[in-house]
Amino acid sequence: MVKVFVPRDSTALSLGADKTAKAIQLEAEKRGIAIQLIRNGSRGLFWVEPMVEVETAQGRVAYAPVKPKDVASLFDADFLNGANHALYLGLTNEIPYLKNQQRLTFARAGVTDPVSLEDYVAHDGYKGLKNALTMTQEDIIKTVTESGLRGRGGAAFPTGIKWNTVLGASGEQKYIVCNADEGDSGTYSDRMVMEDDPFVLIEGMTIAGIAVGATQGYIYLRSEYPHALHVLNEAIAKATLAGYLGDDVCGSGQRFYLEVRRAAGAYVCGEETSLLESLEGKRGLVRFKPPLPAIEGLFGKPTVVNNVISLATIPIILDKGAQYYADYGMGRSRGTLPIQLAGNIKQGGLVELAFGVTLRELLYDYGGGSASGRPIRAVQVGGPLGAYLPESQFDTPMDYEAFQNLWAVLGHGGIVAFDDTVNMAKMARYAFEFCSVESCGKCTPCRIGAVRGVEVMDKIASGKDHAKNIQVLRDLSDTMLNGSLCALGGMTPYPVISALNHFGEDFGLDKGLNEKESVV
Amino acid sequence: MPLLHAIQDDIGYIPEDVYPQIAQAMALSVAEVHGFVTFYHHFRTHPVGEHILQVCRAESCQAMGSEQLEADIKAKLGIDYHQTTADGKVTLLPVYCLGSCACSPAVMMDDDVYGRVDMAQITELVSEVSNG
Repeated sequence: MVKVFVPRDSTALSLGADKTAKAIQLEAEKRGIAIQLIRNGSRGLFWVEPMVEVETAQGRVAYAPVKPKDVASLFDADFLNGANHALYLGLTNEIPYLKNQQRLTFARAGVTDPVSLEDYVAHDGYKGLKNALTMTQEDIIKTVTESGLRGRGGAAFPTGIKWNTVLGASGEQKYIVCNADEGDSGTYSDRMVMEDDPFVLIEGMTIAGIAVGATQGYIYLRSEYPHALHVLNEAIAKATLAGYLGDDVCGSGQRFYLEVRRAAGAYVCGEETSLLESLEGKRGLVRFKPPLPAIEGLFGKPTVVNNVISLATIPIILDKGAQYYADYGMGRSRGTLPIQLAGNIKQGGLVELAFGVTLRELLYDYGGGSASGRPIRAVQVGGPLGAYLPESQFDTPMDYEAFQNLWAVLGHGGIVAFDDTVNMAKMARYAFEFCSVESCGKCTPCRIGAVRGVEVMDKIASGKDHAKNIQVLRDLSDTMLNGSLCALGGMTPYPVISALNHFGEDFGLDKGLNEKESVV
Repeated sequence: MPLLHAIQDDIGYIPEDVYPQIAQAMALSVAEVHGFVTFYHHFRTHPVGEHILQVCRAESCQAMGSEQLEADIKAKLGIDYHQTTADGKVTLLPVYCLGSCACSPAVMMDDDVYGRVDMAQITELVSEVSNG
């Protein structure tokens, strides 16, 4: 029976994948052809979703984008045998966008049925855990440390060092908490892991639990991701039933339980201490650090808090070894980064590559330029708290330190492109507005500063006391940057001041006379 | 949190008159329950329409013209954010990122995301749920 794949990823669904799947099923029935319709994850080529694949003797062949109206003509053209058609893209693995990527964390995304444990195991799943179960806790952590993996949520803290702190902390009960509160605009790689390959996250958390001696894991999932919730719960149930989770993980005698907790739409809960407060059933107010969550985390117990991508990268490191992973990348940024192209971009999608690829390569070689066809004027990298970069900085390599040197951040690897119709002063105002909506209210620079920021941007727009208000904007940003408790208030100045420094003309400053000074 | 989700999933909002019962069950004060509910954007304290239309206001969607789309949707429905159409069918809410940023602008009707949307599609969606 011919296997036909239609993705169930929510972005694919947002473009009509369910209707396409139904149309294919009906057309096959009508023609009396038996097919096996598999709802796979997405390969991440979102600009051509819904992308339908057919398994042939030569390999999987892709057709995209397939709308219900195209289905009859696909059957007429004999797409079930991989025949040519106007929507024919050739062998999936040979599509340049995909072929040139280095997919480690996302090796299975779009290849497998996300909720099939058999599929997962058949595609190298649970090899990392099997290896980990033969190792000492210290050796597992040493492998993670030597791989060079740094926190992919944005803070880029070495994962192995964090785990080692939790291992060394005393306490009967320890926890693994997965931060799946992916609220940054322009990012969706966490969602893709959870919807398109959930077992890899489950496996990564299980390895983390065994490494540090934690028996309970929680996935703190944002409420805006209902599809991910269903997929994760189904995958956890299957993993538990098959003995990969529970009282006796793979017959090792070790326990590890996993539960998904739904968040409730507070951006600040992506900050780890706020997240822990929320998990404990409280308002998501940021905690003072120290103590670090690794020492006193969830319910005061030693806790590993890692981002989805960090945890989902653990299995391949334990499977292939630290050196295999560390061989990718540049400088102190080892391995690969799943980059997400978003905003005004022609070919938006997931691009996983070793650190070192430049913004320009991503925007033009992969992204194909802007969706509107106009010049790309600015990109925001790393979510709403990330800096805006002008065209003159597009040759910067994706590398934590290279971005830091520009007073910018890589964050979670999301890139939002804007064409030349954007008003950067408006984007700066929006950054303050967002901060004022999402501030937890605990510290004054963030709570009051964000509101004052909106006001001063309005004054700048009105032109009243212009030079003075530009100075107020810089002073206010300086206060927020240095005086806020967490990254929400502390990094809101990044988009604001980078917009001011690089796009001063939008703030009413003469072009060519931009103030060169910066708050850093 | 799971308790509040269960209530809202069931009846669409968290009525203030159940605060005392929640407080008692969770060994909290009524003020703490109020503080918790109002901290989180997801929880609502007023009834909503039969369907919820969430429009993304984040940067990626702005880069693809979501501001104009927001204005057009409000005009089309004749309501602002956090309001419900006169026929009780649709409640309009803002949302900050649906994680579908490769295909901006995006909206979510109940649990379904729609990518690269325009007003024609929104109009169709709204009439589907209004007549359905």
